[in-house]
Amino acid sequence: MSQYVLRRLLIAVPSLLAISLVLFVVLALAPGDPFSDLATNPNVPPEVQAALRAKFGLDDPIYLRYLHWLNAMLHGDWGFSFVSRMNVDTLILQRLPATLYVIGSAQILALLIAIPVGVYAATKPYSLFDQIANTLAFVGFSLPTFFTGILFILIFSVTLDWLPFVYSTDIKATGIHWVLEMIRQAIMPVAVLGLFQAASMTRFVRSAMLDVIRLDYVTTARAKGLGQTKVIVKHVMRNAMIPVVTLIALQMPAVFGGAIVTEQIFRIPGIGSLLISSILSNDTPVVMAVTFVFACLVVLFNLIADVLYGWLDPRISLR
Amino acid sequence: MLDKELRSMIGDVKDGRMDRRAFITRMAAVGLTAPLANQLLSIGGVAMAQSPAPYPPTKRGGGGPLKLLWWQGPTLLNPHFATGTKDQDGSRLFYEPLASWDVDGNLNPILAAEIPSTANGGLAADGKSVTWKIKPGVKWHDGKPLTADDLVFTWQYASDPATAAVSISTYADLTVEKVDDLTIRILFKNPTPFWANAFVGAYGCVIPKHLFAEYKGSKSREAPTNLAPVGTGPYTFVEFKPGDLVRGKLNPDYHMPNRPYFDTIDMKGGGDAVSAARAVIQTGEFDFAWNMQVEDEVLLRLEKGGKGKTVYATGGDIEFIAINFTDPNTEVDGERSSMKTKHPILSDPKVRKALALLVDRDSVKKAIYGRAGRTTANYLNGPEKFVSKNTSWEFSVEKASKMLDEAGWKVGADGIREKDGKKLKLLYQTSTNGPRQKTQAIVKQACQKAGIDVELKSVVASVFFSSDVANPDTYSKFYSDIEEFQIPMTQPDPALHMRRYVSANVATKENKWQGPNFPRYVNKEYDDAIAAAETETDLVKRAALYIKCNDLLWQDTVFIPVMHRLTVDACSTSLKPVVSGWANRTDNIQDWYREA
Repeated sequence: MSQYVLRRLLIAVPSLLAISLVLFVVLALAPGDPFSDLATNPNVPPEVQAALRAKFGLDDPIYLRYLHWLNAMLHGDWGFSFVSRMNVDTLILQRLPATLYVIGSAQILALLIAIPVGVYAATKPYSLFDQIANTLAFVGFSLPTFFTGILFILIFSVTLDWLPFVYSTDIKATGIHWVLEMIRQAIMPVAVLGLFQAASMTRFVRSAMLDVIRLDYVTTARAKGLGQTKVIVKHVMRNAMIPVVTLIALQMPAVFGGAIVTEQIFRIPGIGSLLISSILSNDTPVVMAVTFVFACLVVLFNLIADVLYGWLDPRISLR
Repeated sequence: MLDKELRSMIGDVKDGRMDRRAFITRMAAVGLTAPLANQLLSIGGVAMAQSPAPYPPTKRGGGGPLKLLWWQGPTLLNPHFATGTKDQDGSRLFYEPLASWDVDGNLNPILAAEIPSTANGGLAADGKSVTWKIKPGVKWHDGKPLTADDLVFTWQYASDPATAAVSISTYADLTVEKVDDLTIRILFKNPTPFWANAFVGAYGCVIPKHLFAEYKGSKSREAPTNLAPVGTGPYTFVEFKPGDLVRGKLNPDYHMPNRPYFDTIDMKGGGDAVSAARAVIQTGEFDFAWNMQVEDEVLLRLEKGGKGKTVYATGGDIEFIAINFTDPNTEVDGERSSMKTKHPILSDPKVRKALALLVDRDSVKKAIYGRAGRTTANYLNGPEKFVSKNTSWEFSVEKASKMLDEAGWKVGADGIREKDGKKLKLLYQTSTNGPRQKTQAIVKQACQKAGIDVELKSVVASVFFSSDVANPDTYSKFYSDIEEFQIPMTQPDPALHMRRYVSANVATKENKWQGPNFPRYVNKEYDDAIAAAETETDLVKRAALYIKCNDLLWQDTVFIPVMHRLTVDACSTSLKPVVSGWANRTDNIQDWYREA
């Protein structure tokens, strides 16, 4: 097993390098100059701009700039935001907790709904429960988050006045009040994201379960006289979870991306909104860093998925 | 009004035969409003009224938190690096200028002990220098006293090209000298009729020498104080998360009595204007939201039974459709809309005039701007003294059609006009923004009736307004036939606003489209009038010159003014903000309070 994990880790390193190279080249070739504000500001003489470009190495050839970036990155230097004039890692670290909190909670909520509902629906296919669960799931993933987000705001903030719809990073309370307030303000974004995720995941869990539930070994287990719960949990679920793990793991980075919309609606100062505003203002170092973080997430979650496969089905790690 | 008459009136005020208020009222009657009447008086040697704003709170603090919502949050807090109003607004919570423009457009002293005038010796008779006295006893947030050295340093800092300050043009052409610890003198190269620019308003913020001295010039970006400001303002710095949150708390040593009223101040960023309006007007989660670029209808709906209202301030902001005088579809030496070309359709003044007749301002106001706009035929809409009375606008499809017939454009089989086999087809671009897209639709409809085929295009604002040389969709490249947007007027003086369209400022490939004259308008008469106005110290003659410039833009149909826009903000019912159409939103933040 440990050898298997090590092997996977060794593959992750070159993939990350390759990804960073592609990202860097694409960003370098993309139109838009981080100093365009200065360049076209008639107040700023061209010498100033030239000096700044030289200072940040913007006139070097791409491969040199990439090597500089890589070298700095290996030393833990993520670069310098041209727009906010502060270090990129500080900016990202400021944004990370909100993103992790909201997206993490939404993902947990989605799992808590999808697995039991999907499993139960699969054990009783075409029953009333299954029909209702399916209908709700279809409705759930047909409605985009920007729609449900605004709907939730109108119902719970405007009409009922129960929940705030502007996320605050800086709650003026301590102890239990702080915790309660943090939960209160996250209810809507987490529900919006979580229900959306849960809808598609429920469908997936159900079909994965159905695939396994009809296999001969399950019939054998039943024939041995094992109870229904034991058969489902021990024999069916374990095998059915392999494709589900793949789905969740591969979806994780997409969730970070998909949360950009939710972050805009609820004004959550997360990574997604940082990425959007940086792209719009040509703040290349920030865009590079955030997209690289996303790339790392993809690789990391793939790695986690691989490890989980090994645990769910030991045959996989032996090969 | 006759020059002589005006001078005798100023004399009357000076000698006390007429009071200031009566003077301003009489000026208003002849089309001159407060800010300029006041400037007239001050140049004429009458001390400017330092009328304190009505400010009822009788003690400092006790107002609880003030929660502001800016849908674009500040990304940096150095006023001399601030590229947008959002950054200026954020820095202004902590830094202060000598004076700023109040609601009526009067100069309101902040760090200045008094507003310079000829009477108090502040203004030189030749218009070439101004002396400012600093209020004694003002302290920086770290306890050090504010002195003339800080002002001289601010000038040196901002005017040093290596600092790369955006305020450089405000400070580069003048000299600031220290007279004594609390007095400075600003020396101009030429007689300067509008002297209230340096150290006034957004770019006027004074920064502490003792914290920035090491970071002047090329090291300017490394200053720790760029991210953690130490100013003289009503609130001291607590926390800053770029794009998300600026936080301050009451400055116990603030130099104005009983101010500030609020104990803490939060400026939250992000989101969009509609939901910002909702958070203030409907749910009351926030006290004040900036720049409600939302249809009036939506605001009216939110205001019904809500916890807030909208507030308006009048400045000189103008929403217009600009006409391209060059051909956007022909490339000359790798440049479209080149000065070497002429627009094949719009270079005919009759077509331009016909187009102006097809913009139905009344419908636009009714359907979109409502309380936030005034219909106008002028490019220059304020202060009142500079507003032309010689212009008028009209909406008439028939007249436009007739004019196009005269110009030789005949209606073809498909209902589109054509001339010499060429269709009358125009590309109309603007930034992506609800009200603008609606205006486009209204104009397109009228044009269709008159036989003009209009293709609409909208570009994301951050691209449209960017100065990215590589991007073909910016407003300054103007690769379309007509385009619409707004130009804000940042000072109660038309000099900067009007000099954009002199022929030396044409946007070309050569100047990387830096030139602000994007319609590529060239008129020697206009150039001469601007040049004359810039050194004219006789304010009446100067105003006449700017009115002439406005009328030239109107006669030549360079712009089709659509709406004189007011600033619109959302505000909770109990908050009493002081918002001036001539200044940034937070420029008078020390005077904000809440009614119990």
